[in-house]
Amino acid sequence: MDKFEIHKGLVVPLDRANVDTDAIIPKQFLKSIKRSGFGPNLFDDWRYLDTGEPGMDNSNRPVNTDFVLNHDRYKGGSILIARDNFGCGSSREHAPWALLDYGFKVIIAPSFADIFFNNCFKNGILPIVLSEKEVDDLFKSVDATEGYALTIDLPSQTVTKPDHSTISFEVDEFRKHCLVNGLDDIGLTLQHVDDIRKYEAKRKESAPWLFASHT
Amino acid sequence: MTSKTLYDKLWDAHVVRTNEDGTALLYIDRHLVHEVTSPQAFEGLRIAGRKPWRTDAALAVPDHNVPTTDRSTGIEGITDPIARIQVETLDKNCIDFGITEFGMTDKRQGIVHVIGPEQGATLPGMTVVCGDSHTSTHGAFAALAFGIGTSEVEHVLATQCLIQKKSKNMLVRVDGQLGSGVTAKDVVLAIIGRIGTAGGTGYAIEFGGDAIRSLSVEGRMTLCNMAIEAGARAGMVAVDEKTIEYVKGRPYAPTGNVWDKAKKEWEKLHSDDNAVFDKTIVLNGAEIEPQVTWGTSPEMVSGINASIPDPDNESDPVKSDSMKRALEYMGLTANTPISEIKIDKVFIGSCTNSRIEDLRAAAEVAKGNKVAGNVKLAMVVPGSGLVKEQAEQEGLDKIFVKAGFEWREPGCSMCLAMNADRLEAGERCASTSNRNFEGRQGQGGRTHLVSPAMAAAAAIKGHFADVRELGE
Repeated sequence: MDKFEIHKGLVVPLDRANVDTDAIIPKQFLKSIKRSGFGPNLFDDWRYLDTGEPGMDNSNRPVNTDFVLNHDRYKGGSILIARDNFGCGSSREHAPWALLDYGFKVIIAPSFADIFFNNCFKNGILPIVLSEKEVDDLFKSVDATEGYALTIDLPSQTVTKPDHSTISFEVDEFRKHCLVNGLDDIGLTLQHVDDIRKYEAKRKESAPWLFASHT
Repeated sequence: MTSKTLYDKLWDAHVVRTNEDGTALLYIDRHLVHEVTSPQAFEGLRIAGRKPWRTDAALAVPDHNVPTTDRSTGIEGITDPIARIQVETLDKNCIDFGITEFGMTDKRQGIVHVIGPEQGATLPGMTVVCGDSHTSTHGAFAALAFGIGTSEVEHVLATQCLIQKKSKNMLVRVDGQLGSGVTAKDVVLAIIGRIGTAGGTGYAIEFGGDAIRSLSVEGRMTLCNMAIEAGARAGMVAVDEKTIEYVKGRPYAPTGNVWDKAKKEWEKLHSDDNAVFDKTIVLNGAEIEPQVTWGTSPEMVSGINASIPDPDNESDPVKSDSMKRALEYMGLTANTPISEIKIDKVFIGSCTNSRIEDLRAAAEVAKGNKVAGNVKLAMVVPGSGLVKEQAEQEGLDKIFVKAGFEWREPGCSMCLAMNADRLEAGERCASTSNRNFEGRQGQGGRTHLVSPAMAAAAAIKGHFADVRELGE
């Protein structure tokens, strides 16, 4: 996983609440057994006018010019802002994979669904919770200013606006540590092998039915 | 000793160690695996040269991509080559890593959340995870069950643990008794209508109260299944005699002395009398009507006798905007009575409502009736091969077929339309599944979530109808 320290990028406004993971990456693309290549199909139903299928040449498909990702001024965006409950629904990690593959490194919303929020950190994406008012202000600024960019500083936990004003945000210490250092948390857990074995030995005594083999 | 909620008890029993920042390493007892969210996790193990920590804790089954038509040709019968590769990949991974799998032609194959409880692979007091958000289903057994992403699937395979932060406790209490014709599905839709799709975010929900205690174990599975649609990763119901009776004698359930010991432990799996919840929501069971969703989020739901709400009466601009967008997508007009909405297709199935009791409830309504002429397709997809077998022994398949329903092979099917079962653009469906998101059942498809009995009633009438008034 890439390290995440400071990221400056163009902001893309997705002015919707309850954006679900089915919308982020529709089911037909979940048939892939890879982690990459989902970017061209991010928000597929909203982004194109036809029905997308895996293996299509996306460059020839008719695009929905009303959709924000197709607006020239937002091309190359890497910070997505949205409304409440972003990432609700299916646990598919293909959703953060698609966002990352497209180029998004940061998602800002007033609230996120739990599973999606968690999945972001596993893939080097930083989801930031700001107040409804702060997010609403961002929507207004982005709309008013072409090329509106933010600087996200994870170590100092700040969002810096073009006028140099900053907003601070909360992030769990452990998640921040993993993201800043690009750590694989399986490796971290395996440092506690002895604890896991001790727990198992105790549980085998108190709840042997949890360790029955059925082959 | 301080009073604990059921969630506190389940959590505490599984903490391997607590980290300085308050997160915990949580031990996972059961890991259910399916073909869509596991290939990248197995690949991750291979790349890192890691082996599964405990193969006997995992149970795998293909369900999302499998066809619901003829199974006689096995995997070759999957016409979509990409889907076939995914199912083949699961088979191969299970062989390579030594994990038990109920393959496509195994009679025990079915939807992962149906087969876990059916096999007794889901037991009270367990932690159960799966790379699927509807893992909350298993909370019906007083298990701590939640959906995870693929990175976490890999983490569980490699370490049998997950790094987790404890959620807050929410009690959703449904007092009194449900009226006849009102089911677990209606209860959970009414709860989501009340608290919203993000109402449970950050919480583990325990469902309690007399109306919940009166539900069968399968009804409780329907209820917990949709905890995630209220934003809660985990939903749960305390153990009672029904839970223990349901588990007894199942293939993976303990026997003899171990059963007796387990039963004693399981009987403790309820919140203590003085346990404190961070939030409590109370509903009156008697007031809940059969529910129908009208929008593109499960919280957009009304009783069958209501009309579609008017976005102009909503004061919150973001909500009002969402409602307008939803009505436009759904091709509906505000203030239309729900019962006037005509449907094109009916889907009875999914991890929410494909168990034997669901099929019985739908068959009771279908019996002696005919699917309405305007309904192009009404399909019944049992949750597993064993549910199908049971239904056929009871003659339910014949009732459905005689009424004009299609009787299919088990799988996730049109709940998410990864296989060939799907809605075409503009088609309207009465569905017993769990999500009415845009495009969920096929691009441009319009989904209305209902109970199995209400889906059958809609099939017969050709429009939504109050199942309580059918036949009057």
